Amino acid sequence: MAVIEIKNLSKHFDKVKAVNGVDLAIPEGELLVILGPSGCGKTTLMRMIAGLEKPTSGVISIGGLDVTELPPRARPIAMVFQSYALYPHMTVFNNIAFPLKAHGKFSKTDIKEKVKWAASILDIEKLLERKPRQLSGGERQRVALGRALVKEPKVLLLDEPLSNLDAKLRASARDSLQRFQRRLGITTIFVTHDQIEALGMGDRIVVMSQGKVMQVGTPQEVYHNSANTFVASFLGSPGMNFIQRDNYLFGFRPEQFVPQEIADRKDDLQLFFFAVTRVEYLGAEQQIYGVVEGSSDEKKVIASLSSETNVRLETGSTYTFAVPKQQLRFFDHETGLRIEPQPL
Amino acid sequence: MDETVTVKKKWTDGFRFWSDREDLLGPLFLFPAVVYIIALVGIPFIIAMAYSVTDVTAGNTSLDFVGLQNFQAILKTDQFTQSLRNTIMFTVVSQIIIIVLANILALILSTDFRGKWFARFLIMLPWATPIALGTIGWLWLLDSKFSPIDWVLRYLHLLGESGALLGEQKNLYYLGRLELAKASIIVIYVWRMLPLSAVILMAGLTSIPQDLLDQADVDGAGFWRTFFQIKLPLILPIMSVALLFSLIFTVGDMAVVYVLTRGGPVYYTQILPTWAYLKGIESGALAEGSATALFLFPVLLAVAIMVLRFSRRTEVT
Repeated sequence: MAVIEIKNLSKHFDKVKAVNGVDLAIPEGELLVILGPSGCGKTTLMRMIAGLEKPTSGVISIGGLDVTELPPRARPIAMVFQSYALYPHMTVFNNIAFPLKAHGKFSKTDIKEKVKWAASILDIEKLLERKPRQLSGGERQRVALGRALVKEPKVLLLDEPLSNLDAKLRASARDSLQRFQRRLGITTIFVTHDQIEALGMGDRIVVMSQGKVMQVGTPQEVYHNSANTFVASFLGSPGMNFIQRDNYLFGFRPEQFVPQEIADRKDDLQLFFFAVTRVEYLGAEQQIYGVVEGSSDEKKVIASLSSETNVRLETGSTYTFAVPKQQLRFFDHETGLRIEPQPL
Repeated sequence: MDETVTVKKKWTDGFRFWSDREDLLGPLFLFPAVVYIIALVGIPFIIAMAYSVTDVTAGNTSLDFVGLQNFQAILKTDQFTQSLRNTIMFTVVSQIIIIVLANILALILSTDFRGKWFARFLIMLPWATPIALGTIGWLWLLDSKFSPIDWVLRYLHLLGESGALLGEQKNLYYLGRLELAKASIIVIYVWRMLPLSAVILMAGLTSIPQDLLDQADVDGAGFWRTFFQIKLPLILPIMSVALLFSLIFTVGDMAVVYVLTRGGPVYYTQILPTWAYLKGIESGALAEGSATALFLFPVLLAVAIMVLRFSRRTEVT
């Protein structure tokens, strides 16, 4: 059964439709990632689930209870903000104990026990007497998580919880956060603009743009079977290449676009003449920029190749590149929506 | 290759040269402020210190050192001890009221409502009014015969008829009755300092990150818990500075008492600044006047140091 059900939810700020008719159902224990560029409404959507923002219209129910009109404290949720929002004047212990004290029904010994429990699963027992300013970024994140978990919410909301960590720490934080979520089995909504976090951690991904849900699906679904050109170009770095033909677009991922001589011959290949304009070396891989000859709009196309490849590509020359035919994706020229394969 | 490039000199070159000389411009720009402080604060202060340990009077300006005799002498007079008690009482009571009201006012003003800017402007008015003028306004409001406040009370049947709550007499005689005169002075101090404190606290409240307040909301804290456990501790440093400002302005002010009661009835509302003025300037006893004026200086200095230390220690990032 779905823990959270969202029906036709909208939030308009004056004329801006920050969230525009969103429907979502999130089953128990799922880690759902809401992914989108900044300004797509993902944070507003989460703030509405938390109760910090009042919807213009629509219904939110959590655990079968309609919470649309309820204030945050009456909802069985907890939230970790991007800044972690630790109370700077309180020790770690008091930060974690704060939701319990605010609840008002726990005895002192209960509070102590629960804080210790939260601290032990996050491995921050030694930090309990410290103040937030004495903690590293990763420690702050764990304290914020501890404070969110201590009241045992039905739903955990995470607003870009990794974006304040440095790049090296982020990889291990992704891993520990995901394992932690699996272990507790707590329904989690994770907002991010980082597709690596989304693809790497999410059970399902909600891709949003301009207040609307573009696609909901597993990481594999949204990446390999993108529902429209927005999802296809937003996911992957670089995103999908598009070439216009008559009244439709077809696209292929940069890593599927390789010189003919190293393409897998078992595949049914579609060949292109590719005029290379620029080769960018990026360490493990190289990105080849160029134009596909015969395409009507001469748009830039990018190929991602391993740097180890033996094929030498020179700027200014034209090569034969290939894409397996089953990797081609077709989209409507007007709506950008995915359509059936077309003859090329 | 040795190539000389000739650059045409522009009129701005000299200006640029001078505008880059931080070591010269810094002292230059500070100079007027330093002169001002030395001439109008520093020198009078040193003169007052010197006077307080001599036997100088307006009639005999030779400075003969007498040690702490002046301080011993003023401590023996009832006027001085009464002034000291009043100064402390007026200050402490008004500061307590100011801090409570300023917090309430700051909380109200930092919420969103229609006409917020107009309300903020109105609340700043007492602070923008010259204190002597403001006090004269209050003098009229508290007039023994024509007080508009009494008029309103009579209109509400609270005064001036048999069985009325505040008595049968036509007027309350605010400044003629000791307790009411003291209360009036405190009210004016509060009226005067409340705007500044409220605005300083409001700045403190608006500087609290919205995330923290949202977090408190999600954590289930209600209004009181959020105020006493989140907002108040976070504005404590700025609040102590607001308190220090208001305290120093109140302790050092002589306009309110001088205009309103001149220390009366008799000398029961006298405070140290007015007493120092009456003694030192109007009666010409410069030495005792200086001693009176300086009497609280060590206490205030200690309070200021304590408050500033406290505010730095409680500051959290």
